[in-house]
Amino acid sequence: MSGDQEHETHGHGDNQRHDHQPIEHVHTPDHDPEIVILDQAIRELLEEKGIVSPAEMQQCIEALEGRNGGIRGKEMIARAWTDPGFRELLLSDGQAALASMGLGLGGPEFVVVENTQDVHNVIVCTLCSCYPRGVLGLPPSWYKSAAYRSRVVREPRVVLKEFGTVLPDHVEIRVHDSLADLRYMVLPMRPVGTEGWSAEMLAELVGSDAMIGVRPADCPVR
Amino acid sequence: MNARFRIGDRVDVATRHQAGHVRTPNYVKGKTGRIVDVRGAFRNPELLAQGEPGLPRQYLYRVEFDWHSLWHDGPSSCPDRIIVDIYEHWLMTAAGME
Repeated sequence: MSGDQEHETHGHGDNQRHDHQPIEHVHTPDHDPEIVILDQAIRELLEEKGIVSPAEMQQCIEALEGRNGGIRGKEMIARAWTDPGFRELLLSDGQAALASMGLGLGGPEFVVVENTQDVHNVIVCTLCSCYPRGVLGLPPSWYKSAAYRSRVVREPRVVLKEFGTVLPDHVEIRVHDSLADLRYMVLPMRPVGTEGWSAEMLAELVGSDAMIGVRPADCPVR
Repeated sequence: MNARFRIGDRVDVATRHQAGHVRTPNYVKGKTGRIVDVRGAFRNPELLAQGEPGLPRQYLYRVEFDWHSLWHDGPSSCPDRIIVDIYEHWLMTAAGME
């Protein structure tokens, strides 16, 4: 079962919505009773028809959850901050960078975009919730919300501000709509005040918000 | 089979409405963008979703749109861009003037 790499469809509504609830507090319909029943029915059918056993399903869930929190993504970013050769590879050929760490997305290609003083990148999938699950784990639930998906392409500066990220007018925001066979990760700027830090220490400053691009990497706590 | 477009080419996105598993979002249909990246040729997801082999493969591009050209409001000086993954069969050489 390779479902973790497939498009996860939450309806094709790329209509505009003006929902003024902060995006992080928007609830996705994961716990909608109808969806829970549908989920159960599909599982039972898959089992009855012998397509997927419950054990296989459990294995897949555990594999995904084990990677939750973007452990490998954090490692890659911290390494890019400390190893210029790896940074260059990550930006020029994300696939090759993944392969060099023994990783892959099993189909889709991996693209890494770099934040600088002049350019700020942010990732979305407006049609569903494409996300490099194979390396970043499961996305935060707001990433799948209709509010985030429809608003970040319409009013990126407003959405970023809701996450506390206020960018000067001259900074170019690039919103990447990941709809197809590419999966994206943002390489955030290395926080100031981390000179001399090890890659292990730096990795702790990187959360999924920074890898999606709605927030910078964390500042070191003194 | 070679990619039809190159980096820097200006392209129009088709306006057709198509049922099923379409990977081109409505907000870029009929809009003009620039090719910023030419990826490989992938099996066509619209056909794969119907249980077909997804052939012929379609080149996948990253196409950049000025934020202002998509939404026609806000300051035209806004430097922001939206970069969308689009398969070749949705694109044609741009017809109009910039």
